[in-house]
Amino acid sequence: MSDHKHAGNGSPESGDEQRGGHDTELAHVTPVRLLLTIWGALMVLTVMTVGVTLVDFGGQTNFVIAMAIATVKAGLVATYFMHLRWDRPFHTLIFLGSLLFVSLFISMTLLDKSEYEGSIQEMYLKKGQ
Amino acid sequence: MAQLVAEQLSEHGPSGGHGHAQDPEHAQNPYLAHHFDTPRHQFEAGKLGIWIFLITEILFFGGLFCAYAIYRSLHPEVFIYAHYYLDTFWGAVNTGVLILSSLTAAWAVRNAQLGQRQMLIFNIVATVILACCFLCVKYVEYSHKFHERTLPGRYFNPEHEVWELPSYQKAHAHAAGHTAAALESHGEAAAPQAEPVPPGTPPALGGAEVKQAPPGAPVRPRNVGVFFSIYFCMTGLHGIHVVAGIITWLWILRKTLRGEFGPSNFGAVDYAALYWHLVDLIWIYLFPLLYLIH
Repeated sequence: MSDHKHAGNGSPESGDEQRGGHDTELAHVTPVRLLLTIWGALMVLTVMTVGVTLVDFGGQTNFVIAMAIATVKAGLVATYFMHLRWDRPFHTLIFLGSLLFVSLFISMTLLDKSEYEGSIQEMYLKKGQ
Repeated sequence: MAQLVAEQLSEHGPSGGHGHAQDPEHAQNPYLAHHFDTPRHQFEAGKLGIWIFLITEILFFGGLFCAYAIYRSLHPEVFIYAHYYLDTFWGAVNTGVLILSSLTAAWAVRNAQLGQRQMLIFNIVATVILACCFLCVKYVEYSHKFHERTLPGRYFNPEHEVWELPSYQKAHAHAAGHTAAALESHGEAAAPQAEPVPPGTPPALGGAEVKQAPPGAPVRPRNVGVFFSIYFCMTGLHGIHVVAGIITWLWILRKTLRGEFGPSNFGAVDYAALYWHLVDLIWIYLFPLLYLIH
């Protein structure tokens, strides 16, 4: 990529820190323009997700759209702000792994959600509500 | 200090047992801990550590998201009813504030990597100020909820019925009769589980007058307070993370003022920013889940 910059280049104050020598290029330095672009995209998506609530798409569509936009935003934050794009793939792997386990946790629990609904309704009937 | 230790150790001669005391890497870099071979070694280890911490945070919040998913799927009418008590405007403002603070945090990492001290200080201070703004908005929202008594569980006893709320009136301005249909269209239906508010019930503190529901106004479903239990748990836990983030950034600021950060030592800024982005990331989901229920 052309926007790779060598850490320490062109910075007047870095001399002192650079005594360590060869190993100064520890990680990718994100260009300012890219940071601002991602920020702009996140703001646009935020406005979009609020705007979408004004329209009724019916059923669960609004919820699905809101979650899709949130996921795109989360993806942008993770990929660029959190450096995953230039980071070790292992970090992306464990990050996605945790999301996988959270979704397993939630979906397995959802399978069981109505287990006690009968006795709850019974209880309310007894209480006369 | 590490430098001093390195000098003392090197008096034992170049052949002395431990090896790394004579290593120029350690002698020249006071911020390279002695159990790491190189700055890269140290940076990568820290990075893996912070990522594993972030994973545990995601799993930690997963429990609350699970509670949300269960209750919303069982009682969608409660969420539709309760969300009128939240102010989308403040939620959106806070989303913008957090996203902007994520930008300054990511920029701070860049500044640390390039050794731009002034900009680094500016971006850290900006991040802290934005985080404080977030908490101020949260304070406004929470105090409003305490005044309105839209509180968790059985303490939910609102001053205003849902049809009195501007958010409700705005959403139903041109279709007063549309209300009931809107509530019923969301699956499980409000009707069988609904608990009509008895007309004689005092609405709240000192509410002497009887409020007459307009025709078509939704009846209050049972257990609306559970929504606010979930709301306060999720935003509260998130708020605690924001406070922890502020403390972290102040600690980073102190280290910056001491001149600790530069191209070969910016790990701490990076780790703090990663944590901060995760806090932002969780809010990105909380905002539509709590404020933008349709």
